[in-house]
Amino acid sequence: MDRTGHTTLAEWSTADGESVQAAVTAFREELDRGSIAVVAEREGQATQVRELPLEAALVIMRRPIAGG
Amino acid sequence: MDERSLERRGQLWTLTTAAHVVPFVAVAALLVALQPLAFPASLVALAEAWIIPELYAQRGGNVARGGRRTTPVAEGRALGLLGDLVGHDARELLGRTGLVMERSRLGVWLVSEAGALLVRPGGRRVFCFCVRPADANLPSADRIAHLLLALRSDEAGFATVANLAFSGARWRVRRRLPRPMRPALDAAGRTAR
Repeated sequence: MDRTGHTTLAEWSTADGESVQAAVTAFREELDRGSIAVVAEREGQATQVRELPLEAALVIMRRPIAGG
Repeated sequence: MDERSLERRGQLWTLTTAAHVVPFVAVAALLVALQPLAFPASLVALAEAWIIPELYAQRGGNVARGGRRTTPVAEGRALGLLGDLVGHDARELLGRTGLVMERSRLGVWLVSEAGALLVRPGGRRVFCFCVRPADANLPSADRIAHLLLALRSDEAGFATVANLAFSGARWRVRRRLPRPMRPALDAAGRTAR
């Protein structure tokens, strides 16, 4: 999620090693920028992840939050 | 923040409110008892007793107020993503009120762009938390989505990071919310019962 609404950082297929590698690289770069990776599961559930879960349909990168 | 610490903070807020209100009410009563002609001064003291909790409630209500909008394209894209994260009922409520309702362990949350209201089980007490994403220039729906995902992945951490702006009666906060948002608080109250 970013200022444009959202941007697709990477799309991958487990059958395509190159797309997986590109997705893992993009994922790590975002983590290095301070983003937090979240997998939105069924309604009301989300899990923070530190490694790209290749089986996930969608991984969302969000910024940290702070008390206002 | 867990159930017990939340309960304690709620009690502390009630105690603080009482400490503000009771002296003014006592002074008002004493003045009239000593000198009935001093009733205008008593009225002023009673007004103080009423206004102080209202000011606190106003601070609580402010966490639900929206921020500035970005471009229509970004707002639309962000709203699409947020819509995908919530169910039909929550989407409908979001469209009407601008708030996302989320049931959780600590109660029923209403997530806004700049914070969240937690209606505790029973529906009578509300905690108002001020919290926002680190990037202030995100589209409004993205700000909500950030908070919603943070809440879903770690509710206790969310309540710990957020600043508590108010805790008190639901009816008091309701009066201080923008009118279109009030049905969301009513719905959260019903759900929390």
